[in-house]
Amino acid sequence: MAVKSYARAINEAHEQLLSSDQRVFVIGQGVESPWCVGTTTHGLVDKFGPGRVIDTPVSEAAVTGAAIGAAMTGMRPIVFHPRMDFMYLAMDQIINHCAHWFYMFGGKVSVPVTIRGIINRGNEQAAQHSQSPYAMYLHVPGLKVVCPATPYDAKGLLVAAVRDDNPVLYIDDRWLYDLAEEVPGQLYQVPIGKGAVAREGSAVTVVAVSYLVGEALEAAVLLEDEGIDVEVLDPRTLKPLDSDLILNSVQKTGRLVVAVPEWPVCGFSEHVAAVVTTRRLSRLKGPVRFVTLPDSPAPASAPLERAYYPGCAEIVAAVKKACGRGKKQRYAVSYIR
Amino acid sequence: MGNALCPPPPEFEVRDGLSIDDLKWFLSTMTRIREFEECVAALVAQNKIITPCHLCTGQEAVAAGVCRALERDDYVFGNHRSHGHYLAKGGDLRAAMAEVFGKATGCSGGRGGSMHLTAPEVGILGTSSIVAGSVAIAVGSALAESIRGGKRVTAVFHGDSVPEEGVWHESANLAALKRLPVIFVCEHNLYCAHMPLDRRRVRDNLSAVAGEHGLAPVTVDGNNVLAVYYAAREAVKKAREGCGPSFIECRTYRWHGHVGPNDDVDMGLRSQPEIDAWRERCPVKCFSGFLGETGLLSREAMAEMRDRARAEVDAAVSFAAGSPYPDTRDLTKYVFKEGDQWL
Repeated sequence: MAVKSYARAINEAHEQLLSSDQRVFVIGQGVESPWCVGTTTHGLVDKFGPGRVIDTPVSEAAVTGAAIGAAMTGMRPIVFHPRMDFMYLAMDQIINHCAHWFYMFGGKVSVPVTIRGIINRGNEQAAQHSQSPYAMYLHVPGLKVVCPATPYDAKGLLVAAVRDDNPVLYIDDRWLYDLAEEVPGQLYQVPIGKGAVAREGSAVTVVAVSYLVGEALEAAVLLEDEGIDVEVLDPRTLKPLDSDLILNSVQKTGRLVVAVPEWPVCGFSEHVAAVVTTRRLSRLKGPVRFVTLPDSPAPASAPLERAYYPGCAEIVAAVKKACGRGKKQRYAVSYIR
Repeated sequence: MGNALCPPPPEFEVRDGLSIDDLKWFLSTMTRIREFEECVAALVAQNKIITPCHLCTGQEAVAAGVCRALERDDYVFGNHRSHGHYLAKGGDLRAAMAEVFGKATGCSGGRGGSMHLTAPEVGILGTSSIVAGSVAIAVGSALAESIRGGKRVTAVFHGDSVPEEGVWHESANLAALKRLPVIFVCEHNLYCAHMPLDRRRVRDNLSAVAGEHGLAPVTVDGNNVLAVYYAAREAVKKAREGCGPSFIECRTYRWHGHVGPNDDVDMGLRSQPEIDAWRERCPVKCFSGFLGETGLLSREAMAEMRDRARAEVDAAVSFAAGSPYPDTRDLTKYVFKEGDQWL
């Protein structure tokens, strides 16, 4: 096993999937771009040719539809969106077609496509180059949504997504591209629908997504000094959600903080709160706390941007409140920010 | 481009080794579609069918002409008005009837209704009721075949309003750019729901626009099954030989209104003289007239063909009416493959 970055882990997964399965191909805007994609598709065209690693015109709807149609005939496409902001142009294909097709035709035609949506934010990119709209896709029946926070999961979940018989939205995050850890050289799968305990603890459960997993782990170290033992959960798959993992943890800790870099209203964070409050309300010792983006488009200017994205400090504050060390709250749930 | 103007009756020409079996197949397929649609129209009028049915009566020659040019394993994608495409490509008639009845024995298990028919065993991978929705998907099945190095072609049926959607232009460009084996079959019936063509477009120039995108365009009389067939055969040949995508504009007319059995005359959307003129150009009547006059097929044989189609449709109605509804315990079955559950 060697230490690899998150970006290299994704790149290696692509390479090995393309090598080992003739049904796999990669299509999307910018797979050959020197800057769009970071390093995740680097070298793939040279190795597998433009027939299987296909750069495309700026036609999100047609390209996504094409991947969906190819999947219906038995291929295993990975359709690539360099920014989730641009993916909205393919919403009709993703929701009306991809997600509904298997149901609409009574289980006769499946769509084993992997839709890769990349979150690319920061650096004063502003509102149309910053979005991470997880919940818009979680709302749709028929789509699975995975969201790796580590290099190991980035590789294993991509493999699992491609091998799944259903449409899977794979959301990776450029803020994690340089994160490195040991990643096995061979192909392996991280099961879809299984979360992970990133850190065991007894006092409070923090469910964190994407880059906030790392921030939550940092927060846990700081809070340890203050005598608060934090358990950090990384759901890894947002849908189907590993509810038992969260429920069992809350059963133990009685306190819940959900930290998701997304807009707050009807978000994944609220879904987690709903799962817990409808099934473990009596175990909760206090209100569920949220760490999210504000209900606002992303700004450009750096100071505004720093205020916009939550991190370790916000998680620390939320955990303290959850443990009754902050200001008193009047509501059953509260947002940090 | 006045929509009331109706071209002269189709003129048929048998050429290029068309056999009597081909001619019989055309008439029999169009007759089956006609009998199916008119039976469904009556059942809708009686409230025995609830799912919104967009009937293709009057357009049968397009489905028959194109599908005769396709092989069994070629792919077809349709739209909200696809009963005819499904039947012409070889989809099971009883399963289609059961589907519009909302029964478990329907081709989509009662999940799809009239607008979502499928028969993967004969290449029909689905129909989308989102305007232009299945066009990109059809380009994808052609892309897949191109990557595999196979010979299957894909045909996608769409209406004349589809080039008003952006994804059609994206898809046409992508298909032409990658020289994909896909045929865009435009059923140009002059209306998009209630809107006539001249209220939607500055120019009646769909083939020209398709040509500019790099599709090989042709405009044919969509009520002339042989003209449609010759154009489709040429397009299929091009696609199979790797010469890229085509666009076949079939000028035709639907007898019924946008949805259901009425004709929309009472709503002031179309005129009775316009409908009457197009009924004179009935693709089934004109073609059977041609076969009768030339002695290629006897009147008796044609009558027998119609009786057989009627009996088949009647039997399908009995089958559908007698079939069980889907079990409500299976309401969420097929959300995910292999019955995965979440939450």
